[in-house]
Amino acid sequence: MTVIGQALRVAGKDLRIELRSREILYTMAFFGALLAVVDAFVFPANAKLARAAAPGMLWVAIAFAGTIGLGRAFDRERENDTMRALLLTPVPRLAVFLGKAAAMTVLVLSVSLVCVPLLSLLLDVPLVEHPPLALALLLGAIGFSVTGSVFSAALLKVRSRDVLLPVILYPLLIPLFVAGTSATAALLEIPRNDDKLWYWIGFLGIYDLAFLVVSVWIFESMVIE
Amino acid sequence: MPSLERVEIKKVTKRFGGERALAGVTMELAAGSMCALLGHNGAGKTTLLGILSTLTRADSGSVAYRAGDKPVTGAAVRREIGMLAHASLCYAELSARENLAFFASLYDLDAGRATLDAMLDRVGLDPKARDRAARTYSRGMLQRLALARALLTRPSLLLLDEPFTGLDRGGAISLGGELGALRDQGAIVVVVTHDLEAIAGRTDHVAILRRGQLVFEDRGSYDYEQLKDLYHSHAN
Repeated sequence: MTVIGQALRVAGKDLRIELRSREILYTMAFFGALLAVVDAFVFPANAKLARAAAPGMLWVAIAFAGTIGLGRAFDRERENDTMRALLLTPVPRLAVFLGKAAAMTVLVLSVSLVCVPLLSLLLDVPLVEHPPLALALLLGAIGFSVTGSVFSAALLKVRSRDVLLPVILYPLLIPLFVAGTSATAALLEIPRNDDKLWYWIGFLGIYDLAFLVVSVWIFESMVIE
Repeated sequence: MPSLERVEIKKVTKRFGGERALAGVTMELAAGSMCALLGHNGAGKTTLLGILSTLTRADSGSVAYRAGDKPVTGAAVRREIGMLAHASLCYAELSARENLAFFASLYDLDAGRATLDAMLDRVGLDPKARDRAARTYSRGMLQRLALARALLTRPSLLLLDEPFTGLDRGGAISLGGELGALRDQGAIVVVVTHDLEAIAGRTDHVAILRRGQLVFEDRGSYDYEQLKDLYHSHAN
């Protein structure tokens, strides 16, 4: 069994548990939707302003809802000390890490599926009309999940992990959210600014690659006491 | 895949912050033996099990796993370890069968229903409960599931932290018999427990820790009264 195959088994287990309880998915989706609705009411009904603010609103909703999901996903591994059981298997720790991050990516993308049409509808901004947004969201979800998973796992046994996670994570995610917001903003420019769009999508790809390498490198040392 | 025949623990120390958990513990575990690791709470027993399981790093000293004269390391060691900890190490949202099937798949083992049921029969988990989510289980049922998970891989190093917790007397006696059988099949069994009655007459190696130090070690079989005397004279 390859590392990817083993990672898929870990991810499949996480998603199976989530499909059964739907606890994280509903919480993240509801929170993401709530943020979108609040944002839509807070900003004045001005088409130009809404168009300018929508990218930021979208990525803030993803960041906050994603953080809730991260915390809960790793709490599940803490409840019966199942992270220890995973680490005790002969499966490479890389596969455990990739599996957890892959499952988290699916959950973050699910939140995007709720937030994008909702913001489009409430702000009357044509987010759903731009297929490259899907690529930006996919790369954003991967970067968020990879970086988030390594620190969530490291904080698993820390009592104040709920407070510490965003404090540690958000500074590292700033480049990702700047890139995501900028790529989305480029999509909404009239006419669409493709140079800017692909520059920032490329940036997201490089961010993902860099943090994937670093996370894979430090994961084992962060989860072993 | 090699079965572990010897585990050599040399001058192992571990601190958690300012607290000393282990101070230069040296001992050897051999195949076909059952070691009772005794001591009061905070003596360092669980820390030593954590280090033996490879999930806790010693600050200094070493633990060497050997199959014959060959050292065994990394994933090959983890494949040989079965662990029963304070927590069940099983997913609450999955049933007993699903838990075992998932872990079996990570070890590339047969996860067929018959194999899993044979294991669940062996630990005495009620057949009616096997498809229910583990979160609905009683403490004793969870302990049986945890034991099934630990034994699933036919480990040659079995680490058990308070294995009798939550089991009724019949269950404890049956588990004691099971551990004895594993030892007789050549496994290295390490049991951390305060239930001296459950292990009396079954262990052939007794080690007592006090404040992180190994204060007594002997390879011999003891009955309950002897174990109790040993415990009181060395653990305090």
